[in-house]
Amino acid sequence: MSDRIERPPFVLAKLDQLITWSQKNSLWPFGSGLACCAIEMIATAAARYDIARFGMELFRASPRQADLFIVAGTVTNKMAPIIRRLWEQMADPKWVVAMGNCAVSGGPFPTYAVLQGVDRILPVDIHIAGCPPTPQGLLNGLLLLQERIAKSHPTKEIFNPDARR
Amino acid sequence: MEETTILEALKRRFPKGVVDASAPLGDATIVIRKDALLEIIPFLKEKPYEFAMLLDLTCVDYPERAERFEMVYHLFSLAANRRLRIKLSVPEDAAVVDSLVRFWKNADWLEREVFDMFGVRFAGHPDLRRLFMNDGFVGHPLRKDYPLRKRQPMIPLRK
Ligand code: SF4
Repeated sequence: MSDRIERPPFVLAKLDQLITWSQKNSLWPFGSGLACCAIEMIATAAARYDIARFGMELFRASPRQADLFIVAGTVTNKMAPIIRRLWEQMADPKWVVAMGNCAVSGGPFPTYAVLQGVDRILPVDIHIAGCPPTPQGLLNGLLLLQERIAKSHPTKEIFNPDARR
Repeated sequence: MEETTILEALKRRFPKGVVDASAPLGDATIVIRKDALLEIIPFLKEKPYEFAMLLDLTCVDYPERAERFEMVYHLFSLAANRRLRIKLSVPEDAAVVDSLVRFWKNADWLEREVFDMFGVRFAGHPDLRRLFMNDGFVGHPLRKDYPLRKRQPMIPLRK
């Protein structure tokens, strides 16, 4: 494919920029605090680390009102279908952050009860390692996610509904 | 000593059922035969002993023994402030024990946990399902021969 077709038309590129700019600066996280990592997520939302600086202060209690799924903690096999279902209930466009070693790979629990990584059931955008990751770690991951959103092309779906941003 | 009197009394009352009675480290312990459980429990629950509380009900896996599983019951008497431990062996090929749900309500979930983790079944239990593991789980994870990193079938996810 030639470069000309690859690149979006000028108007759409500008529209992309506008959409991604507004998306990345008003992420609505759904905090699913499943284990100890939730404490660090809460600390990140509190005054000292202040996630509000990045436009994400409104942690929603319902997945239907959120577009960023922060999986903070251990996902057990029994919890896995519920996590998947919560993700399905979120409206598109949506992103997933796997916070902590547990959500990334099962972490310190290579056992019969724990799902070995939430990416087995969800499309994870950002993995954040650490047990638990510090609030700085979480913020760094979220900044990476913002960069990623800024590089995405939401208008692609106009021509190709199957395209993932 | 009080401990010896209750142990003596149990031995005298159930000469066949009670295999052994001792007080290691000061904890009164009786080892009984599996089929004597439903005789001994009501006897202990009534006066004069009044073991009104079932503190714990659990299981231990000894793979090297002929009778592989050992059930352990801890009873507590509020009236006498006294504890009693009851043990009984269960063979693997007939891993069925009488349920205690009719005596203590909390035995319900404790027995479901033992069934989930060890695969010991309880005769007369009203609702013997897995407690902690998901329904499609294969095997019993606290048996010593359960592989540490065994993969379980994934729970079906909706498309
Ligand atoms: S990664 Fe560590 S801190 Fe986070 S949920 Fe797992 S065990 Fe807890």
